[in-house]
Amino acid sequence: MSGAREPVIAARDLTRRFGTFTAVDAISFDVAPGEILGFLGANGAGKTTAIRMLTGLLAPTSGTARVAGFDVYTQTEAIKRSIGYMSQRFSLYEDLTARENIRFYGGIYGLTNAAIREETAELAEKLDLGRALDQPIRSLPLGWRQKLAFSVAVLHRPAIVFLDEPTGGVDPVTRRQFWDLMYEEAASGVTVFVTTHYMDEAEYCDRVSIMVDGRIDALGTPGELKARFSADSIDEVFVRLARGRGVAAEASKRAGAPA
Amino acid sequence: MRTIGILLQKEFRQIFRNRGMLPILFGMPFIQLMILAFAVTYEVRDTRVSLVDDDRSYVARLLVDRMEASGYFVVASRPASLALAAEDLHYARSRMILHVPRHFERDLRTGGTGRIQITLNAEDGAAAGVIQAYAMQVIASVNREIQADFVPVALPDFHGGLDVPAGSGTVAPAAGIRLVPRHWYNPALDYQTFMVPGILVLLVTMIGTFLSSMNVVREKEIGTIEQLNVTPIRKHEFLVAKLLPFWLIALVELAFGLVLAKVVFSVPMLGSLVLLFALAGVYLLVMLALGLWISTITETQQQAMFVAWFVMVIFIMMSGLFTPIDSMPDWAQALTRLNPVAYFIEIMRRVLLKGAGLADVRFHALALAAFATVLLTLAVRQYHKTTA
Repeated sequence: MSGAREPVIAARDLTRRFGTFTAVDAISFDVAPGEILGFLGANGAGKTTAIRMLTGLLAPTSGTARVAGFDVYTQTEAIKRSIGYMSQRFSLYEDLTARENIRFYGGIYGLTNAAIREETAELAEKLDLGRALDQPIRSLPLGWRQKLAFSVAVLHRPAIVFLDEPTGGVDPVTRRQFWDLMYEEAASGVTVFVTTHYMDEAEYCDRVSIMVDGRIDALGTPGELKARFSADSIDEVFVRLARGRGVAAEASKRAGAPA
Repeated sequence: MRTIGILLQKEFRQIFRNRGMLPILFGMPFIQLMILAFAVTYEVRDTRVSLVDDDRSYVARLLVDRMEASGYFVVASRPASLALAAEDLHYARSRMILHVPRHFERDLRTGGTGRIQITLNAEDGAAAGVIQAYAMQVIASVNREIQADFVPVALPDFHGGLDVPAGSGTVAPAAGIRLVPRHWYNPALDYQTFMVPGILVLLVTMIGTFLSSMNVVREKEIGTIEQLNVTPIRKHEFLVAKLLPFWLIALVELAFGLVLAKVVFSVPMLGSLVLLFALAGVYLLVMLALGLWISTITETQQQAMFVAWFVMVIFIMMSGLFTPIDSMPDWAQALTRLNPVAYFIEIMRRVLLKGAGLADVRFHALALAAFATVLLTLAVRQYHKTTA
């Protein structure tokens, strides 16, 4: 982890099979520190399985991967100390207040009580929480919860933060604010690994990877991908790749919708 | 250690923030004890009797008087014939027919043998057995009473050739042998004394198994378990934090229940309470491990509830609380040796009512420790931070 350009995630032929079904099929890629990688793919393309392997939740079937310098087979606990994670499903405790959630997650990552108090005050100011700080999470609007969940996921200054569809169901204004938070973290050196279904969000990423049927079919900056597929948007690139693999129904539905 | 502290703080906050929780924790023991201790009883009182008295004699009246005076029987109807009495029994207007035939008293005085007939509705076999036993008791005491009346009269009338001594027959015990039952450990045959310790076991069992299994599954359902699994929390830290709160709560419940038992039911507490709580601690490990294991094999609170309920019903029915284990068939008795609930009920009764020490219940204690070891190992192995 010493060299600045040494990749913070390095995957080689990473594969996961469930019985005869290959969910992730020999994917290889590197992610640089401070990079925002958009990890795209249709539902069932294998994104979540890939993330679960990289976060140490699921053992790979074959291939290798190092995350923050640690091996995904043998050093999962070390990986867990170095990453933040925000899952598809809601990750804060709804019956606890924002302050209590911050205390809980800060505490299990080993932040001191003083550090937790400081972070709490800082977050309350940044997210403009005010009195909401001491209200149960369940009473907060979704956008606020997601921004808070992200802030809690990076509370312990991880090397990488994995975000699995963090902006699902969130209004466009809040999504913009959410991306501002991500840029801020990336600028401070945190690598952001994010999956999304919103193709406009893909344009904000440093690089984009598109998974189809368990394989990474394209990987590059949004500009490179658009040039290579002579497309006007990442949405178009996505549809072509998906159609090429025979996900016709999904593709035609997307093609019919305004980009 | 700090991680466990942080986890425990969160667990206790969630448990006590749940509005339904406090009423459950302190209302449940109260309601369970009050309802079950009074309502669940092997005793059968006020059995309704249809009396068919074809004799209308002094002894017949005496018998009926004594039966009613015992408190176990009330004459609900006096039908004119056995056929009408059978109808009462059929339509559940009564539960027993007492038939005193004609010449009952005359036969008793002359032949020494009077016959009466009782007919029982035996749909509930156990209750019918109890009623019969009560009836026999009353009849036996009436027998003694009339022996005092008749025998001195009958004996001078004794003719050398007569071979039936007065007072013998179907309903009379042989004179000379008297059975004097003495009931140890619960001398007044106070039913609540026997039931309350067992009901307390149910209470801590429910807390241990249901609440712990619901709790972990709830995190699965909400999705927060996945969040926890990507944190550096160690497996043992997570498990201790999940089990310790319910272990403590259940022990507090037991203390609360014991106070109720003492104050409301005057249950004797002869043995050492320290021993009782120490063994309760081991027993709770068994039930918490069971709850944890259930939560590792299920995905939703509904499934967990169902499995926990299934296991609990079997454990409780076969615990000796409602049916004596001694009267179960051999194979069922063998099965109860695998039932931790049965061991702890036995411990509670022995320690509280008989003042048993550790040496007296060492076998039970060892069995519980063995269960705890096996189930905890099973549950801990089953719980993974990663999925295979």
